[in-house]
Amino acid sequence: MPILEHPAYPPATLLCLESLVPCRESQVSMLLSIFGERQQLSFPSIFIYGHTSSGKTYVMKTLLNTLQLPHVFVNCVECFTSRLLLEEILIQLQNGSETKQASPVPCDTFNDFVRLFKQALVSQNLQDQTVYVVLDRAEQLREMEANVLPAFLRLQELTDRNVTVILLSEIVWEMFRPNTGCFEPFILYFPDYSIGHLQKILSQNHPPEYSADFYSAYINILLGVFYMVCRDLKELQHLAALNFSKYCEPVVRREAKERDTRKLWKNIEPHLKKAMQTVYLREISSSQWERLQCEEEPGQIKGLSAHTHVELPYYSKFLLIAAYLASYNPVRTDKRFFLKHHGKIKKTNFMKKHEKTSNHLLGPKPFPLDRLLAILYSIVDNRVAPTANIFSQHLLCGHDENWTIY
Amino acid sequence: MYFCLYHRHLLELLKQTAVHGESNSALIIGPRGSGKTALLNRALKDLREMKQVKENLLEVHLNGLLQTNDKVALKEITRQLHLENVVGDKVFGSFAENLVFLLEALRKGDRTSSCPVLFVLDEFDLFVHHKNQTLLYNLFDISQSAQTPVTVIGLTCRQDILELLEKRVKSRFSHRRIYLMNSFAFKQYLRIFKEQLSLPAAFPDKIFAQKWNSNIQLLSEDKTVQDVLQNLFHYSKDLRSLHFLLMLALSNVTVRHPLITASDLQEASKQYRMDSKANIVHGLTVLEICLIIAMKHLNEVYEGEPFNFQMVYNEFQKFIQRKAHCMYNFEKPVVMKAFEHLLQLELVKPIERPSVRSQREYLLMELLLDNNQIMDALQAYPNCPTDVKQWAASSLSWL
Repeated sequence: MPILEHPAYPPATLLCLESLVPCRESQVSMLLSIFGERQQLSFPSIFIYGHTSSGKTYVMKTLLNTLQLPHVFVNCVECFTSRLLLEEILIQLQNGSETKQASPVPCDTFNDFVRLFKQALVSQNLQDQTVYVVLDRAEQLREMEANVLPAFLRLQELTDRNVTVILLSEIVWEMFRPNTGCFEPFILYFPDYSIGHLQKILSQNHPPEYSADFYSAYINILLGVFYMVCRDLKELQHLAALNFSKYCEPVVRREAKERDTRKLWKNIEPHLKKAMQTVYLREISSSQWERLQCEEEPGQIKGLSAHTHVELPYYSKFLLIAAYLASYNPVRTDKRFFLKHHGKIKKTNFMKKHEKTSNHLLGPKPFPLDRLLAILYSIVDNRVAPTANIFSQHLLCGHDENWTIY
Repeated sequence: MYFCLYHRHLLELLKQTAVHGESNSALIIGPRGSGKTALLNRALKDLREMKQVKENLLEVHLNGLLQTNDKVALKEITRQLHLENVVGDKVFGSFAENLVFLLEALRKGDRTSSCPVLFVLDEFDLFVHHKNQTLLYNLFDISQSAQTPVTVIGLTCRQDILELLEKRVKSRFSHRRIYLMNSFAFKQYLRIFKEQLSLPAAFPDKIFAQKWNSNIQLLSEDKTVQDVLQNLFHYSKDLRSLHFLLMLALSNVTVRHPLITASDLQEASKQYRMDSKANIVHGLTVLEICLIIAMKHLNEVYEGEPFNFQMVYNEFQKFIQRKAHCMYNFEKPVVMKAFEHLLQLELVKPIERPSVRSQREYLLMELLLDNNQIMDALQAYPNCPTDVKQWAASSLSWL
């Protein structure tokens, strides 16, 4: 039984739409009922929020394209100033049905925009249908001039035309609301996909050479490893595509059959764990990853954040140690640690209160160059001549105006 | 409607300018959604239909959101009065000169008086922030001098609007104010609910309209529906929220389900009052939930002082080493990626702007969720591991 029903649109189109948006049928039916028929006025502004890859942009694009509703789609990160944004909307409106590029119309202020928008609607013959203006990554609107967001929410009233503005964002509406209030949009939530939904959607992409069950088992294993850390559909699709060939290796080499789940699991599990440390963190690129997979020996796949062994010269090692000591020890303890015949340090009230917070949690503190050298001279056994050699080795450790250790 | 009194008052004011040629100014003040624009539009509609006013009144509609400075405002006034050709390329010494020229140009040939002009300033509080409040000063100045019959009506949501006006502007304002305060009681609210939902007599399908209207009557007497409306009434009295609720309920009406039921309204109410942050927390991964719980414990121990990533990671490590059985000990960069996702969702915000000097792990932040929200969200979280739940409920973080 079809889930999406609406008297204004032919059932065949709705069935096609339903097949394109799995697990999002209830959101699409709510949108359809708000949109109504083509010529009916809809809610002036709609705000859709949900996690990344919860399908907001995809569902919106699919819905508007399948039902062929006149719309303008703009990404606010791409058009990051109000001028770029307004001009982009006007250009897309003018392009409409024509294939050739319209020349950009200069549009500085929202006042001009309202006028030019009305003219564009007339020239494109769109006065009798609802025109949808979709703004993706709408949280960037907060960074533009203060009048842009409230004006877009009221665009229907300001232009006195049949237009609806749809805002898509990850951030909740409470972080958008201006100080003196605004016209509250219709708020719609796109829930995150559950593990069942993710399984269903990811299993749809199975390559034709293998059976659907085989691929579902693979997706199951993948989700088992990554679900605790990542529920982002796009990331999971990327990981699934990258690691599938490694999963199929035993079957290709005829060491195991498609149903030998234990063997396949033993083969792929260490591989997926390594993937979490490298490809998931984008520390090596996907092409490097694929190349590493093809190598015969289980090579050393380590991310950049793993230790890189570099042999430093003698004095540089001591410089590094001295810098570490200088950034984590408070200045008043220097006298105690580095001088002979030091006294005791009395614990003041301040120190007693802050005993719990270890310096390691607060991060390294900056220190002046003299202090670094003083500590260096005291920790190195033999006499160190302040030659140019020492100073040049400062560069190895990396420096700042006031030094800090990283 | 409940604002019949205001309507009459406003209409009288407008009539004075349009028919008798007197200048005036007034402000309509009320919270968002209280019906200021609706009131003005109704009054203007009635005014335009009057015999003496037809074709005699010029209207200029300005909006603070569109005309962001006085130069743009002046151009817009010129455009709305259709005087672009008359002005042409003239250059004026001051704003006042320009405005006076425009109004002079409206004088008809043989008449001694010129056409009355009505200026409507929407989002009036935004005009107050323009440089020197030039536009407001000039408009009110003209409304006080006897030359051209001009009425200036401002609409604003700010109650303290008079304090924002400069002294010289304030002295030229007539201090006439109309306050729309949503001052109706619950009984009237119920009546409005019935009126809004009922189909008008002009509806083509009479039989259906009859069925629909009697259903609405039944609903308004239903106890559960009254509870839902009472809840909304206590939260926000304005009619915009009521419309939103009714819209949500009406979206369930289809051919198969032709009449609204009480459960539709209850569903709509639940959806309207959803906590959006709780929804976002529902979609987080288990690792991110653990980080939020670690931050909650840090807030409890250090009484709300800001924390950095290193401290949160430390707490998380303590949990993994002592209590966790089903949580795998993830590497630090993986935990960092989860933390940065929380930053991106604005559940955690840095206290000061990140500078080039400080490392990301040591930047001080604060959590934008409170304890109750976290505990409620955890209850609703699907398949939450039991030791994570127990860790959240424990009040002493070092056990």
